[in-house]
Amino acid sequence: MQPLLKVENLVKNYAAGRSARSKDKLAALDGVSLSVLPKTATALVGESGSGKSTLAHCIACLEHPTSGSISFEGIDLAALDEDQLRLLRPQIQLVFQDPAGSHNPRWTALEIVSEPFFIQGRFTKPDRAVRALQLLDRVALSRKMASRRPSELSGGQKQRLAIARSLALEPKLIILDEALSALDCSVQAQISNLLLELQSSLGLTYLFITHDFRMAAHLADQIAVMHRGRIVESGPAENILRSPSHETTQALLGATSRLVESPGVLVHA
Amino acid sequence: MRYFLRRTLHAVFLLFGVSLLTFLFSALTPGNYFDEMRLNPQISQETVAALRAQYQLDRPLPVRYAHWLKAAVRGQLGFSFAYNSPVAPLLWVRARNTLLLTITATFLSWLLALPLGVWSASKFGRAPDRVLSSATAALLVIPDLALALGLLILAVRTGWFPTGGLVSLSFDELSAFQKIRDLALHMALPVTALVLATLPMLIRHVRASVAEVLDAPFLRAAQGHGIPHRKLLYSYALRAAANPLISLFGFSVGTLLSGSLLVEVVMSWPGLGPLLLESILARDLYVVIGSVLFSMIFLVGGNLFADLLLYWADPRIRAAASAK
Repeated sequence: MQPLLKVENLVKNYAAGRSARSKDKLAALDGVSLSVLPKTATALVGESGSGKSTLAHCIACLEHPTSGSISFEGIDLAALDEDQLRLLRPQIQLVFQDPAGSHNPRWTALEIVSEPFFIQGRFTKPDRAVRALQLLDRVALSRKMASRRPSELSGGQKQRLAIARSLALEPKLIILDEALSALDCSVQAQISNLLLELQSSLGLTYLFITHDFRMAAHLADQIAVMHRGRIVESGPAENILRSPSHETTQALLGATSRLVESPGVLVHA
Repeated sequence: MRYFLRRTLHAVFLLFGVSLLTFLFSALTPGNYFDEMRLNPQISQETVAALRAQYQLDRPLPVRYAHWLKAAVRGQLGFSFAYNSPVAPLLWVRARNTLLLTITATFLSWLLALPLGVWSASKFGRAPDRVLSSATAALLVIPDLALALGLLILAVRTGWFPTGGLVSLSFDELSAFQKIRDLALHMALPVTALVLATLPMLIRHVRASVAEVLDAPFLRAAQGHGIPHRKLLYSYALRAAANPLISLFGFSVGTLLSGSLLVEVVMSWPGLGPLLLESILARDLYVVIGSVLFSMIFLVGGNLFADLLLYWADPRIRAAASAK
């Protein structure tokens, strides 16, 4: 099967420090290769600072990689100009970690989910409202919530709203950048179940960025482990969880099971 | 509506307080307009005392204030000793000239500050941003007075601009178009001085507020939906950053007004500035109070306008106001 997303030898450098003269570069991504098959969920696991979010931003075309290539459905993203990119952007959507900052505080939930329609100029005005309400329905936000502003929603509701917004343009790939990390356990479970349900009904592909192996085990078919801007280990989730070969994976797994105090959870998944 | 009412009430109360304080301070300053006459041997002490009585300067302070306030509500602001005429008409003309300067300068400086600040924020930390930031920092440390004097020297050396006054002597004989041109030429220098004095502060604020929201995930999300870059900057980021900037607008009116007083004196623009200075030196009590009051009305008006803008621009404030 042809991969939906193929990342090859991706490098992203940041200038270290704010001084222009400094020639030192900080390599956030140091030759990352990754491929994601359609309708699968891949978890990208790593400690903070390992380059996961930078990778996510590069894939979502929010940042330009220094070198290397990203192709989506066989199209090289770097070769697209602004206008072509604008047409492609709806295919790849990002859900952010921070539920509070994810939404324009001035708008109501309904305005927030219909915003993508306005940006892409899709549908007529009454149509947009109908579709926006359907989207809220999809993520189990009641009609009552439609007129509320983000400050009147809970963290979990905000994240549901963000997911609804990311679904608006019928994307193929959704990147969830630590999207569950800021939520408490029971809400995490609700939202991850929602994500699984959406995946099977809409045929979505997920790239799931997390530092939490438990979440990765619950949601992902494939796991890739990142360490200092490189992918150090990748493969089917079960294999990685059962027999981690790289020390980073072992360390991260160790940390997770110590926290949970029941390694059984991992095996169960 | 109640929001507006509350704001207006607040403004009126503020004006009342300012009038009381100005009255108190100017009346309690040692010396008055007639002290100089008293030193003049050709004027008898009786005449001076009679004049003082005529202008009620011999009455106790609270009585004088009450008297003045009663007249002020009807639009009469007392009598100028020096001009020997009522204060209000005198002030109207001057206030109009000051407004002409400050409104033009406010408009121009925001017109420049918004795009420059947004542009700077979008290049945050990169070369263009650093160049602009250094430039604004440099402008910020030049005192307004030096700026005004520098521009005046430029005008004298080049002869491109008139060096003072509102219009040329031959103004009345000019055609309508020439009149506008003449006025614009006269305004050019003081307006430039005012704009240069406020612009750096405004640019820095716009840059900081926009840069702060530019990294917000909701803007990233909009970008991810494919919003054009320019629209992202002006329609999304600027609007999200607007609240502190709108409040700054009220404040900038204040800075421009006080800057205007100075610039008017240096560039001999017939506004409130020279009149205020003159009347303070001459202890022309009611003119001082009137000038300060007019400046305050502009300032309060500017802030009231900013409050209204805020109400109009932010649905959250509208919702909160209508919920009450």
